[in-house]
Amino acid sequence: MIEVKEQKQTYATRFERIEAGVVEGGSASLLAIRKAAFSRFTELGFPTTKHEEWQYTNIAPIAEAEFERMETDTASGSIDDIAPFNFGACAATLVFMNGKFAPHLSAVGNLHEGIRARSLADALSSDDPLITRHLARHAKFDEHAFTALNTAMMEDGAFVYIPPGVVVEQPIHLIYLTSSAQPGSYHPRNLFVLGSSSQATLVESYAGLEGTRYFSNPVTEIVTEAGAVLDHYKIVRESDEAFHVSTLQLHQHQGSNASSTTVSMNGRLVRNDIRTLLDGDGCDCTLNGVQVIDGTQHVDNHLVVDHAKPNCNSREFFKNVLNGKSRGVFSGRIMVREDAQKTDAKQTNQSLLLSEDAQVDSKPQLEILADDVKCTHGATIGQLDEDAVFYLQSRGLDFETARSLLVYAFAREVIDEVRIDGLRNQLDELLIARLPQGQLLRERL
Amino acid sequence: MTKPVQPDAPTPPKGNGGRANSSTETIDQWASQEYKYGFVTDIEADSAPPGLSEDTIRLISAKKGEPEWLLDWRLKAYRHWLTMTEPTWPKLHYPPIDYQQIVYYSAPKQNTDGPKSLDEVDPKLLETYKKLGIPLAEQAALAGVAVDAVFDSVSVATTYKAKLSQLGIIFCSFSDAVKEHPELVRKYLGSVVPYSDNYFATLNSAVFTDGSFVFIPKGVRCPMELSTYFRINAQSTGQFERTLIVAEEGAHVSYLEGCTAPMRDENQLHAAVVELVALDDATIKYSTIQNWYPGDENGVGGIYNFVTKRGKCQGRSSRISWTQVETGSSITWKYPSCILIGDNSVGEFYSVALTNMCQQADTGTKMIHIGKNTSSTVISKGISAGRGQNTYRGGVKINKGADNARNFTQCDSMLLGDQCGAHTFPYIEVKNNTARMEHEATTSKIGEDQMFYCNQRGINTEDAVSMIVNGFCKEVFKELPMEFAVEAQKLLEVSLEGSVG
Repeated sequence: MIEVKEQKQTYATRFERIEAGVVEGGSASLLAIRKAAFSRFTELGFPTTKHEEWQYTNIAPIAEAEFERMETDTASGSIDDIAPFNFGACAATLVFMNGKFAPHLSAVGNLHEGIRARSLADALSSDDPLITRHLARHAKFDEHAFTALNTAMMEDGAFVYIPPGVVVEQPIHLIYLTSSAQPGSYHPRNLFVLGSSSQATLVESYAGLEGTRYFSNPVTEIVTEAGAVLDHYKIVRESDEAFHVSTLQLHQHQGSNASSTTVSMNGRLVRNDIRTLLDGDGCDCTLNGVQVIDGTQHVDNHLVVDHAKPNCNSREFFKNVLNGKSRGVFSGRIMVREDAQKTDAKQTNQSLLLSEDAQVDSKPQLEILADDVKCTHGATIGQLDEDAVFYLQSRGLDFETARSLLVYAFAREVIDEVRIDGLRNQLDELLIARLPQGQLLRERL
Repeated sequence: MTKPVQPDAPTPPKGNGGRANSSTETIDQWASQEYKYGFVTDIEADSAPPGLSEDTIRLISAKKGEPEWLLDWRLKAYRHWLTMTEPTWPKLHYPPIDYQQIVYYSAPKQNTDGPKSLDEVDPKLLETYKKLGIPLAEQAALAGVAVDAVFDSVSVATTYKAKLSQLGIIFCSFSDAVKEHPELVRKYLGSVVPYSDNYFATLNSAVFTDGSFVFIPKGVRCPMELSTYFRINAQSTGQFERTLIVAEEGAHVSYLEGCTAPMRDENQLHAAVVELVALDDATIKYSTIQNWYPGDENGVGGIYNFVTKRGKCQGRSSRISWTQVETGSSITWKYPSCILIGDNSVGEFYSVALTNMCQQADTGTKMIHIGKNTSSTVISKGISAGRGQNTYRGGVKINKGADNARNFTQCDSMLLGDQCGAHTFPYIEVKNNTARMEHEATTSKIGEDQMFYCNQRGINTEDAVSMIVNGFCKEVFKELPMEFAVEAQKLLEVSLEGSVG
């Protein structure tokens, strides 16, 4: 208890600095939101495993570590550091070193007129009306301590706006890289607004250099106006000592189409809250995800699909591959509100346990208040099919390679859906590298 | 169930557009349906004053002439209960319960010696049973059912006792068991549901008045279905039943529990505890039909049914099977569970839960796999109508040592009407990589095309709904023993009378 109190103390000091304007805090209305969020965080405190939504994920190490705000020099980092995360031509690449925008590493090409792709700190100081309208208006912090903390503490992040009717062909890429040898924490905040009938692809990569120890608490808010089409990817490649607790909030308006894929590979403890509000007639939403983890890694994906309006479709497809002593958690809630008739919602969660000590917890949930709906969820947990392994062995593959090939095929199903060629190849490489006998497999493929 | 339509029989749908109209009409009819089993039998009850304290518990214990250890156990439970708070996690809404307003002991007035045969039983009681259609007297012989009828809290008549005792089977009221077989009761009471288990189970442990006790000795296969009818009668009497069933090595028993309750306005609390123990190769099949007063269309009155049911598959290759048809109560909070300790043991759960009007049900099961090669099956069918809220909440836990554990879960929900809700909250925890588990859930309504097909074949809307709903529940009904299967179908038909999805 005392530790938690002290911890709150650390955050309180930091918050006072934001209040005092030491850190650029933006407009007065934003300051009011920050204050509300901070007082909510103080009330909630860090969740314990007694909390229904945190039952299987113990975040005590984060609360105990007392991470200080990460101090950084904006000029830190080199092009070589970020090279492994690039996957090909992008319309814009925004790089954040230790949570701070690094202009010397970022590249914003010739964007269509009206498109905004800039750092949030920058946007906050320029009083953009879109910021006032959208920032912190979608990701609810009343029930989520980490979102509250982010809302109170956010300093930098990305702000992207696509004007109505504009189609951005190439992806916009955000890279968050932690290189600081000093342990610390930061709270990136991203806001994407897609105007009506616009189209864009966004990729968020979170990574840390080897041996870095930190706590990253990003919150991303995405608004898709009527008829907009969004393709979103989030790749978690944090360092092995890092904690990553993130929230993604989608707010979809009429007839918009959003697809989001979350790939979690590295990080000591990863928690992804992925929420979408289908707030218009005829929306389409696809949420995919795969995690391939090992050692003592812990990955928790919490999904909420809120069908608030009729005629919407949602699809969720999440896969876990667990090795070593790792633990995978999946919680998916489909909510269908009273007037969301003709809803078609489907959720699938499949887990593969590769080792004796791996464990998985799955909580697929349906909450349905409308009658003319089609909702299903399915969860399976198991191991590799012995017959399939035997078949591959009979074809001359050794046991380990045969197993690796089947695991590869299992996880590839999600990666296959990635629509950016460069990114798909990058993820494919990452996946192979994480498999036992991956090298052998690569040669054979 | 579906009568062939005679050409001269009047058909309900009026003209071509009649289908949609008759739909809403018949839903209204269903929603406004009166509870068919509502009546209060006027029998003088020997009751304790309302309120809960150590004195109340001592009074109950003294009235029942219980041994010291049982009183101590009750008091231990009561003291623990005082430290607990009522759970708030279920998806249920009800006004706070005043535990001091409840009468914890009520026994029907009777001869001090107790009835020796059915003739001595209060005729009014028999009348009540007749209304409920309990095969107690002459029907008992025909149906081959031994009934230990519990009228409020004291068991009144037990049939077939002699026949069963020949085989060494003990089937008696819980109070009798305490008197006649204290060693068995002491050994197994609280061994599955400890006194500190949960709020309502702890309350039950402190104040339980009666219930059934079944003991099937080694290698005996019980020749008949054992059945108890629970019935709440005296006004404001909470029923705190305690049932304990023990099946020794290789024993086999099928137990039926069925309920109906009279109509009244005050909410009644029912917090029962059922414990099952299955030793090596034993099989226990426990079937329930619950049709208590669900309250009126505004949710006034009705029974609060907060039940803890749990079975322990202690021995190798033991098997426990729960089957339930839940159509009554204003609130149902019930999770019949299986703890699969013995290797190769099997747990099963089949459930049909129907909520209508303002009924709320939060029900499901918990399967805990501990032994090797254990398997469990969960089939749950939820039907929501009116403003009913139906929740399936289930847990499947596969522990580290449970090699080759297997689970299959299927939860289907059907929605009739646009004001009801169906929710599914499964919890799956797997700690063993040789486990295989599958979970499936669907939610849907009766398809317009299905209805159209039936109508077009001359089956009226009402019969069609009844037919489709019965078909939806078939997987569960087929698990019920013969007598119950008929009753269950009848019950659903009665509930569905004049209703259409």
